Amino acid sequence: MPTEILMPALSPTMEEGTLAKWLVKEGDTVSAGDVIAEIETDKATMEFEAVDEGVMGRILVTEGTQNVAVNTPIAVLVEEGEEVPDQVGGTGAAAQPAKPAAQPAAAAAQPAAPARVEAARPEPDWPEDTKTKKQTVREALRDAMAEEMRADGDVFLMGEEVAEYQGAYKISQGLLDEFGSKRVIDTPITEHGFTGIGVGAAFGGLRPIVEFMTFNFAMQAMDQIINSAAKTLYMSGGQMGCPIVFRGPSGAAARVGAQHSQDYAAWYAHIPGLKVAMPYSASDAKGLLKSAIRDPNPVIFLENEILYGRSFDVPVMEDFTVPLGKARIWREGSDLTIVSFGIGMTYALEAAEKLAEEGIEAEVIDLRCLRPIDTAAVIASVQKTNRCVTVEEGWPVASIGNYISATLMQQAFDWLDAPVINVTGKDVPMPYAANLERHALVTTPEVIEAAKQVCYR
Amino acid sequence: MAARKTTAKPNVSPEELTQYYRDMLLIRRFEEKAGQLYGMGLIGGFCHLYIGQEAVVVGLEAAAEEGDKRITSYRDHGHMLACGMDPNGVMAELTGREGGYSKGKGGSMHMFSREKHFYGGHGIVGAQVPLGAGLAFADKYKGNGRVTFTYFGDGAANQGQVYETFNMAALWDLPVVFVIENNQYAMGTAMKRSTSTPDIYHRGNAFGIPGEMVDGMDVLAVKAAGEKAVKHCRAGKGPYILEIKTYRYRGHSMSDPAKYRTREEVSKMREERDPIDHVRDMLVQGGHASEEDLKAIDKEIKAVVNASAEFARESPEPALDELWTDIYADA
Repeated sequence: MPTEILMPALSPTMEEGTLAKWLVKEGDTVSAGDVIAEIETDKATMEFEAVDEGVMGRILVTEGTQNVAVNTPIAVLVEEGEEVPDQVGGTGAAAQPAKPAAQPAAAAAQPAAPARVEAARPEPDWPEDTKTKKQTVREALRDAMAEEMRADGDVFLMGEEVAEYQGAYKISQGLLDEFGSKRVIDTPITEHGFTGIGVGAAFGGLRPIVEFMTFNFAMQAMDQIINSAAKTLYMSGGQMGCPIVFRGPSGAAARVGAQHSQDYAAWYAHIPGLKVAMPYSASDAKGLLKSAIRDPNPVIFLENEILYGRSFDVPVMEDFTVPLGKARIWREGSDLTIVSFGIGMTYALEAAEKLAEEGIEAEVIDLRCLRPIDTAAVIASVQKTNRCVTVEEGWPVASIGNYISATLMQQAFDWLDAPVINVTGKDVPMPYAANLERHALVTTPEVIEAAKQVCYR
Repeated sequence: MAARKTTAKPNVSPEELTQYYRDMLLIRRFEEKAGQLYGMGLIGGFCHLYIGQEAVVVGLEAAAEEGDKRITSYRDHGHMLACGMDPNGVMAELTGREGGYSKGKGGSMHMFSREKHFYGGHGIVGAQVPLGAGLAFADKYKGNGRVTFTYFGDGAANQGQVYETFNMAALWDLPVVFVIENNQYAMGTAMKRSTSTPDIYHRGNAFGIPGEMVDGMDVLAVKAAGEKAVKHCRAGKGPYILEIKTYRYRGHSMSDPAKYRTREEVSKMREERDPIDHVRDMLVQGGHASEEDLKAIDKEIKAVVNASAEFARESPEPALDELWTDIYADA
């Protein structure tokens, strides 16, 4: 009985990969545990081991093939002397992606998003005739760090696995080679300690970039971030600033459970003395990170693991920056305003697209920064649309959406034709089960429903 | 308390010894005045006095060079005076006035001086330890040969981040002197009730950091140990630990009735081991100063302290606009 070998998911967020190399050929005998191929995931090149034993009957996907979806049959294993049947590959359910459920909106919105940028960008971040290139958020973040490190010798990167491992999520790929171990520093797994050392180095005149493998681990370092980094300028009467960037992924990845799936936007946005950026697109990731590194204040830079592999248009410019604290209008509309940031933009944009099919034109605003927060942009939009829905992945209590709602109530009450609705993650720790996780997160249908509700449709 | 090590031949000139006397006396009188102003309601909140521990900072400042940095906890008045910060600015910060080092926005626990390389003034027990290693990291990065004195207490020595820092400081050979001011009480908890082994400096062994115990009531012993530690750091050999045995005469803070120790224990320490009397005796017995010379110094110090109290009372409260300044540095 022939056995199909399927394209494996080798990271929590992998949806497709490159079949880099076959290490066996047709006719070879394979034992369980043999490395049969090298597969490039969204993070690294991984060895792929056989689970079953048999003879490599047929290779279905040749080496070098890119964008092979997870669970696509890539080879057929047969028993000794067995014929390879004709009907192999692409047989029904096996060819479906492994985790269509976890991020349905994400997958759907991906190709559409960049196109819309060109169509409706009232306030472009770069001059109109600038050339752009497609780049992933991951590459944009790395380029931002590399450019700033080239420009200023006091900028350095420290964190777990940032140097020799090339970054747990490959954000710092290549930086060790270019800048050496003095400026790209692997730390022990000791968040509280190395965060304090980073803050002290900033007091001492350097400009550290501290990478948290994920922001979940930064809870161990919360005291140093808030009491030491954020408050010292004030406590010193303006003498002792702390120019530092804390960056890393925040929010849910995929199926990594409660302790590794938390959105910290509202937590850090609460703290005076911090600046908080949370980009969605690659151009914003790059432009905002460069601004954050140059900023004389502590900046919390919240990335998202699922967005790392997404591609967007990034301007080809000598020195492209995006100012902290300025929202971006992604899509113009007159019927309601959808306000979001970070991965929430995925749902906001997809909802807007579907609403348009039903004749509802949503204006979509990406806050990009949560402190300072561009409430003026939201108010201006609501004065036009008179209705507002906020979208975020974080929890509902004391959320960013709550703050936007309160601000609109106080400063744009007379323009509101409906109560603002906050679409958020559910008020539960993140479950592991795929179906439960899907329900715990924001979904596009929820955004659509909220939009219709504020439009009384 | 370790037995007093006699400094057989003090490696100091009479002038230096006189200066130490002066510096320690300034801290003592300043703190007494601060206690008085606290009682009068002119100083609020937490106020942790340094009385009894003066030889620690004065001895280590004698071992420091221009450009070396220091950082400590909330019991910080002595460190600031010892590194040359203006008593007026410190006292006015205690009273929360515009003329204070932090314009009245920091208070007793939060003062800083870039000019004197004093990096605070930190209120969370142990948090200054990685910060101090970070300052040393910056100096090593710049290759400027500077050393950072990172002070913390026997209480802070049980915080996890201290050992995270020891590990990295040793791993990266950071030029930092970890100064454990062991005054034997973590607030109200005697060391033997909080600390598994009696010698905290031994804990550096786990990280390959050399350390030693020092008599903190003897300014010359502190100075000598400080010089050794600084030499080690400046030679690029990494961190060094000094566990300095000292004693605070007053409570943990102004609101501490200090019921956890006997009056006799405190009196005995004051009478037998006072660090200022120790230097005074050396000056008089060595024939370097007469009673009259010392009285003149006392008078001079008293005048400085009174002037600082006067300044701190007269300096206006910060303008209300100050509420909204210094939250962000201009980008």
